[in-house]
Amino acid sequence: MSTFRLGGVTETAQKTTPLYEEHVRRGARIIPFGGWLMPVQYTSIVEEHQAVRNNIGVFDISHMGQFIVKGAGAGDWLNAMLTNNISKLDVGIGQYTFLLNEAGGIIDDLIVYRIGDQEFLLVVNAACVDDDFNWLNQHRRKEVSLTNRSADFGGVAIQGPRIAELFHALFGPDSELPPRNSIVDLNFKETTVSVARTGYTGEDGVEIFFRAEIATKLWNAVLEKGEKLGIKPCGLGARDTLRLEVCYPLNGSDLSPEHNPIEAGLGFFVDLSKPSFIGRDVLQRTKENGPAQKLVPFRMEGKGPPPRPHYTVFSNGERIGEVTSGTLSPSLNYGIGMAYLSAPQAKIGTKIEIEIRGQKFPATIEKKPLYKKS
Amino acid sequence: MNVPDDLLYTETHEWIKREGDSIRVGITDHAQSELTDVVYVELPKMDRAANAREAIAVVESVKAASDIYAPVKGKVVEINKALEADPGLINREPFGQGWLFVLKVDSPADLAKLKDAAAYRQQIG
Repeated sequence: MSTFRLGGVTETAQKTTPLYEEHVRRGARIIPFGGWLMPVQYTSIVEEHQAVRNNIGVFDISHMGQFIVKGAGAGDWLNAMLTNNISKLDVGIGQYTFLLNEAGGIIDDLIVYRIGDQEFLLVVNAACVDDDFNWLNQHRRKEVSLTNRSADFGGVAIQGPRIAELFHALFGPDSELPPRNSIVDLNFKETTVSVARTGYTGEDGVEIFFRAEIATKLWNAVLEKGEKLGIKPCGLGARDTLRLEVCYPLNGSDLSPEHNPIEAGLGFFVDLSKPSFIGRDVLQRTKENGPAQKLVPFRMEGKGPPPRPHYTVFSNGERIGEVTSGTLSPSLNYGIGMAYLSAPQAKIGTKIEIEIRGQKFPATIEKKPLYKKS
Repeated sequence: MNVPDDLLYTETHEWIKREGDSIRVGITDHAQSELTDVVYVELPKMDRAANAREAIAVVESVKAASDIYAPVKGKVVEINKALEADPGLINREPFGQGWLFVLKVDSPADLAKLKDAAAYRQQIG
């Protein structure tokens, strides 16, 4: 073996989250990711994955960006910038949405929470913080303020079926777990934290956003209270296998400016009934004409190596696309992935072949999600 | 980390056990620990010739694929088929049942270029 390529990303990273010292102290393996030094795993991707599917796990998501948008007309302005419909959000509710360029290409996927009548929290991908901020700021209306609070705030995702037990252990037996996609402010020690019933693993769970100063205190409290529930601190490796099993896309792999949300099969998060938003016309045309390529999930058939990003996909000897995400699924114990394929072949049940080191291995296009809780 | 004294090592984390004019090759405890969760092994073809430092096998973890190199020039005379059914052997017994292949060495003098346990220990810190 020449190098350990556990990360897949090789750019030099400098930024660390407020939990970095904790990750190192607890023996996590650190890799560069989107400009950050992040834990890829603590003990084993498979063990951490199973902890989340069966009990509970906690992830540092402090590398993700947090923006506050507020002021008169903030909702209208965001509705013109994002694909989903902000006007459907009551105060305290969040939605998954896209930030597009003029050509309809995906700059980022994010969650927007309405935290006041005209006040919003945007949680964006770590590698996109600067691009997103600049794009939004460039289009900002003067009565709307846009703040990047990322440096002063952290976040953790606590995910798994035992979330209610852990939530009550952390916030008291009388505190109420917010409903799905909701966000509430709760007291933790002497500060207020925002707790959202959201996540990116396919399991029930919460994401907590807090001032960076309390990061270590909160992280250690979560691990301490979670100990008897079988909690594990988890890294990006498990986060990737968990999200891929439920076909949640990863920006930079499955999503990019070269593709739009319709091609990515995520039209559900695009409201074309809105009169205008950046990229709308292109999406309308893609929807009318049908996309040329579609992002679809697939599984490997029989024994073979796991699929990986950039492997070529064939159908009847003809090249039809490229893998964007792939792994061995720890829950299903076979290779799974997602690929952009030319639309005529991108149909559920279609037999395809993945070329791996010069040899073709059989696979089948599946429907979403690849993993469903039994 | 376990680094047995009676084996030779490469900079690329293969271990080498001398067996007459052949060598048995696997990946070290350190390597398996770095990879964790080995889920797939692609073994070399029997009887294939290999140059020194030529990639002839692949070990895949959940996260990534890693090439395994022939430590010296030789010919593959044995492969560990058990890894196809149970790749986790590499994690559980890296120096035992988790071996990868046996090479018949072209020139035993080439083995002098490999590291001893002390040198490998120093490399992995």
